[in-house]
Amino acid sequence: MPLVTQPAMNSAAAARARRARLNRLDRRANRALKWLAWIGGVLVFIAMLLIAYQVIDGATAAFDKFGFGFLVHRTWIPVENKFGALTYIYGTLVTSVFAVILATILGVSIGLFLALMAPRRVAVIIGPMVEMLAAIPSVVLGLIGIYLICPFIAADVEPPLHSVLGFLPFFGAPQPIGNSLFAASLVLTIMVVPIIAALTRDLFLTVPLELRDGAEALGSTRFEMIRGVVLPVTSSGVIAACVLGFGRAIGEAIAVSQVIGDQPLDHLNLFLGGNSAASVIALQYTEGVSPLQTPSLFYLATILLAFSLIVNFGARQLGRRSLLAR
Amino acid sequence: MSLTESPLPSEGVRPRVRLTDRAPDTAVVERREPVTREVVFHARGVSVHYGAKLALDEVSLDIYRNYATAFIGPSGCGKSTFLRCLNRMNDSIAGFKLGGDLQYYGHDLYDARVNRVEVRRRIGMVFQKPNPFPKSIYENIAWAARNLGMRDNLDERVERALRDAALWDEVKDRLKSSALGLSGGQQQRLCIARAIAIEPDVVLLDEPASALDPIATASIEDLIHELKARYTIVIVTHNMQQAARVADKTAFFSLDQARVGTLIEYDDTPKLFSSPTDRRTRDYITGQFG
Amino acid sequence: MSAIPDPEHALTASGNLRRRLLVSRVFEGATVLAAALAVAVLLILVYYVVKHGVGVISLSFFTSDLPPYTGVGGGIGPALVGTIEMALIATIIALPTGVLTALYLSYFAGPRGDRIVRVVLDLMAGLPTIIIGVFVAGLITNHVGPSGLAGGLALSIVEVPLIARASLEAISRVPQILVEASDALGMARWRGIVGVVLPTASNGIVTATILAVARASGETAPLLFTSELYGQSFSVDPRHSLASVPLEIFQLLESGYSASVSKAWGAAFTLMVVILAANIGARVWLRRSERKRGL
Repeated sequence: MPLVTQPAMNSAAAARARRARLNRLDRRANRALKWLAWIGGVLVFIAMLLIAYQVIDGATAAFDKFGFGFLVHRTWIPVENKFGALTYIYGTLVTSVFAVILATILGVSIGLFLALMAPRRVAVIIGPMVEMLAAIPSVVLGLIGIYLICPFIAADVEPPLHSVLGFLPFFGAPQPIGNSLFAASLVLTIMVVPIIAALTRDLFLTVPLELRDGAEALGSTRFEMIRGVVLPVTSSGVIAACVLGFGRAIGEAIAVSQVIGDQPLDHLNLFLGGNSAASVIALQYTEGVSPLQTPSLFYLATILLAFSLIVNFGARQLGRRSLLAR
Repeated sequence: MSLTESPLPSEGVRPRVRLTDRAPDTAVVERREPVTREVVFHARGVSVHYGAKLALDEVSLDIYRNYATAFIGPSGCGKSTFLRCLNRMNDSIAGFKLGGDLQYYGHDLYDARVNRVEVRRRIGMVFQKPNPFPKSIYENIAWAARNLGMRDNLDERVERALRDAALWDEVKDRLKSSALGLSGGQQQRLCIARAIAIEPDVVLLDEPASALDPIATASIEDLIHELKARYTIVIVTHNMQQAARVADKTAFFSLDQARVGTLIEYDDTPKLFSSPTDRRTRDYITGQFG
Repeated sequence: MSAIPDPEHALTASGNLRRRLLVSRVFEGATVLAAALAVAVLLILVYYVVKHGVGVISLSFFTSDLPPYTGVGGGIGPALVGTIEMALIATIIALPTGVLTALYLSYFAGPRGDRIVRVVLDLMAGLPTIIIGVFVAGLITNHVGPSGLAGGLALSIVEVPLIARASLEAISRVPQILVEASDALGMARWRGIVGVVLPTASNGIVTATILAVARASGETAPLLFTSELYGQSFSVDPRHSLASVPLEIFQLLESGYSASVSKAWGAAFTLMVVILAANIGARVWLRRSERKRGL
């Protein structure tokens, strides 16, 4: 009864007062949420700066001593306090480039298969399986690398490759133990293939059906359609995927450290052991044989960090260009 | 219907015109007589299933050589579906199954030994929305020709296709520029040029002007008149006036009692529009005009 | 000049088509082979881990102290505890940070802030994990020694980009209509975000978190320098060094004793089972819940 008999004026005023009260609370809550969100963004930004700072800072002693010559010297002898990064940079590059080339061929093929050729029922099973390869922890890959991959390639892969391609210095005489740059390259390939496959598959799925139909209606085979329409349209995205894969490869420390042989690297033979920047950091960080070893490892980390930032930024720019073209 | 529209081959690149045994010299003069005209597509009781769903049923008609045949009717009644059956473009749609008999010059289009790519080489298609490749104008046309091994005189082939599609004058100075820079009407004419550059036998057009403005539409229609001389044209259109202007024969599709698409009536265009036999045809035509 | 096809000719391959079809078929076959190779590699890897690891698993394996240097006896008990604890610490840090960053990018960022934070997220996602380990070592453990907190922090750096990006995607997939409706109803911004957007995006965020935790649990390099080398016993105090399963595998491998290696297989088997189960489970759950919502 009382609700009905309240004059209209009063209830309007009461509603306005209620709204005003809510507005104050809401305004405070809005501001609080805004601040919290900003904190999130700022935290992330500061974390990145801090990481870069910390890594560079740890390298100061080595940078003071060796300067940029560190990048071109080959000797790395902890006990003599002599450090030069060239062989490790080379090890990183040679294993990663090899892995990316192999992984691109395989990964793009798988991406094409999943996006354009496999029937739906097959694609929904195979696709996640390929992605599952990426979920294998690197230490488990290292374990399998030592006890499965290395023996296998030492016995069944390196000798035939040597007999066929032995004229190239890259495929010289293999060792009895398979731990080598080649083994590291294969392990890295296993890690990079799912990245490229998943990214390119998503990329190929975005090619408009009308373009594919148009190509098919002109009497082209599937291969011609892929070569003439699908790949050109997605080319910068595919390259971006490869660059991202390369970034993953150069940064991998654990799996590589188990199979790369951990030997000084002064040869071109992929079948011999060596080391990469990331893996040498992982293996030698706790040694501390000489005062400049840790700073030198930090210096290596700085180089690796710089590589990684450039590569990831570059991949980003390439990827954005292909999206803009759409 | 002047004699200048004779279906004689141009420049010796078209396959010879086949005259029937009965009236060899009436082919040119009595162009309108279906009795002397070759049948390109022969459909008998054609039906289309997508999985369990029946989309099209009981389509029987003959499509004649060097005619423009129009499919008209309301949306969703199977015109485009049937058109796409003619060059096997429905194959990629999940669950597609064709029933009945569909022949191309007497060959079963859906025989197991038929090669889809070969079908599309002879039966080309232009789609509703212009879909030029993100390549140059020249490359759009040259690409398929090159695939087919037509590497000699490619420049001439491109020029000829662009002239036949009434696009040459507008683009001859910028053949290397991107096709995506053309207007909608120009892009569609480019798609037509692209289709005829490889010298098909039939050109299917799926509502080619529906995404275009009236001026571009008019230019497309003029084109179809000229293309009739050398190709067999089948065109799906929502626009009845367009069918009346362009087509020699018209087929009216609609939904039957079971809400399944089917062919209602098929006849010479003037007759279908002035005195249709079926009540549903009459309702559709007068409804559109009224 | 290729043969212009004779329409009377049967609809089998004419002209150069036979050769082109062969090329196309070979190409298609190659792609199938590539996919088959990837699947085969996955199955072989899983098979080997199962084959060598399943025999080592036992309750005592999960509850015993870590083995000594020689690898005789012991299990991965402390490592399991440490992994769970550090993953928890990492998620406590990373989940709010990631979701808030996603909210920042979705609703509060100006054009420059948006670009910077997105770039940083991409860079952080591609950061080599060994760099994270070196960072945490330089920042914390070089000064105060190894600790589970440092390890948790290191793992959180791995998780944040994963959670942030996935949350960003989940938020962007919330239908615009829902957001506009709540605005039209006069709902305050924060109510709309917390009450409508976040719950709708919650499935994606939860899935992303599970996947991020699974990924972080398998990481070795960030923890390389945050934990004592050997002699780790059961501990839950994060202020001291905590063991972790992947790190333990790494150390068992480095030692080289065969007894250690067999335990490494057992630990690897455990790790794989958990990670693969989390991956498959998260995907299946996400698909099912998306279907229910009709998203």
